Amino acid sequence: AFFWLLSLLAASLLWSVSVQLSGREDAALLLLGAAAAVLLQELCRFACFKLLKKADEGLATLSEDGRSPLSLRQMAYVSGLSFGIISGVFSIANILADSAGPGTVGIHGDSPYYFITSAFLTMALVLLHTFWGVIFFDACERRRAGGLGLVVGGHLLTSGLTFLNPWYEASLGPIFILTLGTGLWAFGTAGGSFRNVLKCLSCK
Amino acid sequence: MITFMNNSDSEEEPCNERTSLMSAESPPVPSYQDGLQASEAGEAQAHRKRRAGSSRGPNNTAGGETSASGVPVRESALENEEEELTLKYGAKHVIMLFVPVTLCMIVVVATIKSVRFYTEKNGQLIYTPFSEDTPSVGQRLLNSVLNTIIMISVIIVMTVFLVLLYKYRCYKFIHGWLILSSLMLLFLFTYIYLGEVLKTYNVAMDYPTLFIVIWNFGAVGMICIHWKGPLQLQQAYLIMISALMALVFIKYLPEWSAWVILGAISIYDLMAVLCPKGPLRMLVETAQERNEPIFPALIYSSAMMWTVGMAKPDTAARGPSQQTWDAAEDGREHLRSPSHAESQMSETRSPVPTRPVTSLEELEEEERGVKLGLGDFIFYSVLVGKAAATASGDWNTTLACFVAILIGLCLTLLLLAVFKKALPALPISITFGLIFYFSTDNLVRPFMDTLASHQLYI
Repeated sequence: AFFWLLSLLAASLLWSVSVQLSGREDAALLLLGAAAAVLLQELCRFACFKLLKKADEGLATLSEDGRSPLSLRQMAYVSGLSFGIISGVFSIANILADSAGPGTVGIHGDSPYYFITSAFLTMALVLLHTFWGVIFFDACERRRAGGLGLVVGGHLLTSGLTFLNPWYEASLGPIFILTLGTGLWAFGTAGGSFRNVLKCLSCK
Repeated sequence: MITFMNNSDSEEEPCNERTSLMSAESPPVPSYQDGLQASEAGEAQAHRKRRAGSSRGPNNTAGGETSASGVPVRESALENEEEELTLKYGAKHVIMLFVPVTLCMIVVVATIKSVRFYTEKNGQLIYTPFSEDTPSVGQRLLNSVLNTIIMISVIIVMTVFLVLLYKYRCYKFIHGWLILSSLMLLFLFTYIYLGEVLKTYNVAMDYPTLFIVIWNFGAVGMICIHWKGPLQLQQAYLIMISALMALVFIKYLPEWSAWVILGAISIYDLMAVLCPKGPLRMLVETAQERNEPIFPALIYSSAMMWTVGMAKPDTAARGPSQQTWDAAEDGREHLRSPSHAESQMSETRSPVPTRPVTSLEELEEEERGVKLGLGDFIFYSVLVGKAAATASGDWNTTLACFVAILIGLCLTLLLLAVFKKALPALPISITFGLIFYFSTDNLVRPFMDTLASHQLYI
């Protein structure tokens, strides 16, 4: 969560500086700011990976049997989850606070479904961050650039899709499909398979 | 200061050892006795608490030293194991501290957001005489710096006073002071708080009910904090009084002064705990030399090694218990570690030498804990509460400060595990918190607001 906040800080700094320099606020700058934020987030995810790896090695050397008590997958899951949680909370806390207050949604011509779509989007984003965390760490561990590229690409795609936002069919639909796909991929990466699911369900 | 034993600082002490994560028990300042305003007394209490906030790192080492003096060989052989154990328990300690700090912050933020009394400006404390309603920025800055200087000097004077009292064994005075301040905190501030909460939610309550509720709350609190009581109840009370103290600060400190004071207090904490002549360090070392627990009313302890006990100036009675402790230590070498020794020490100190045998048994089963001064709780909550109160929006800033403080606490605990002596708990957390507050408020907020208005997600 701390790392995500750092990335957010850096991105906002970049955006503010660019706004100041260009002297006007417009959508293009916002797009740039959002893209920068995504890239910085992935960078911070990488930094998180490095740090956790080092801590893991330290724990392993200290423990009695040479293995660390935490597996890399657990760390990946936790890191992804924490990124997701802080990202989700930052996205939705203010909206929730406003939703408790007086007002009419969409009175100025915006969509009246603002709150509910925000809720769904935030949920999708939290899940996506968790999945991306697992995939990212796994890809870094096995040094596969494909996984990394797909995570970054997926993130950029998601963020870009939200730019289509009042047109909810175009943004929510693909984002959910993406979430599902990424989830299945992360599940596969973490070692799950159809057989595992069956075994789990039949409680053997 | 953070020590392996978490001592909560008594909020009431004007002496501020506050920020040390030590189990420093700062003697409560009987500010109330002077008939100061409630807020001032609260200030004094806060000061005291701050002082108590020192962590008991040195206690650990001192305990370790005393116990290890007889068996240096075993000590060296067990060092690695101890390190490992320390690091393993480190994570547990972190969690044990996260929960109370989080709870305190939640209480403060919830109150700030709902009860409007605490964000209204109704005057200032006598410790911050300069007003901030001046027209020019420079004047305002100057006033806040002057306020900070006055406040910090009051804290320093109180801390030194406390340390002197402790050094010259004026235990009765210190105890009376602590009792008086916790009395005021538990009764007066709770009364005000309850009144405001009831007003906010428009709930009517008659005076007899109020009297019964507050009387019970205060009486149980006094017993729990200063004598014996279930650990969780004691922890809950300490959290509540820290929150009350923090709320008083948030209400009565003018804005810029609050931020400058937070910064100055971290620096003070750093110096008071680490410098060889620092008052907090001297307090901890004296306590360790005498093998006495630091006053329990000032420190939050996460593990129940002992119940809070009045330290009776009865060294004779303490003698045998001390010996039993050492015997226990020798007998259980595998568990020997600095924090263990320290907790043992705190054990002996707290329960007052009344039940050496039983406490020994308790000790055998208890885990080691970490101690955090109450002053640390208070200042963390002040930072987060101020962020919630004055940030122009919003929950993002509050959350960012919250995460920053927790990460700072983590780092400090890590350092504690590495250095194994009393460390100041405030500097890292407050620095992170301040950085995140100002940056989030000014940089992140416009960004996030613009994104949210277009419903864009990053």
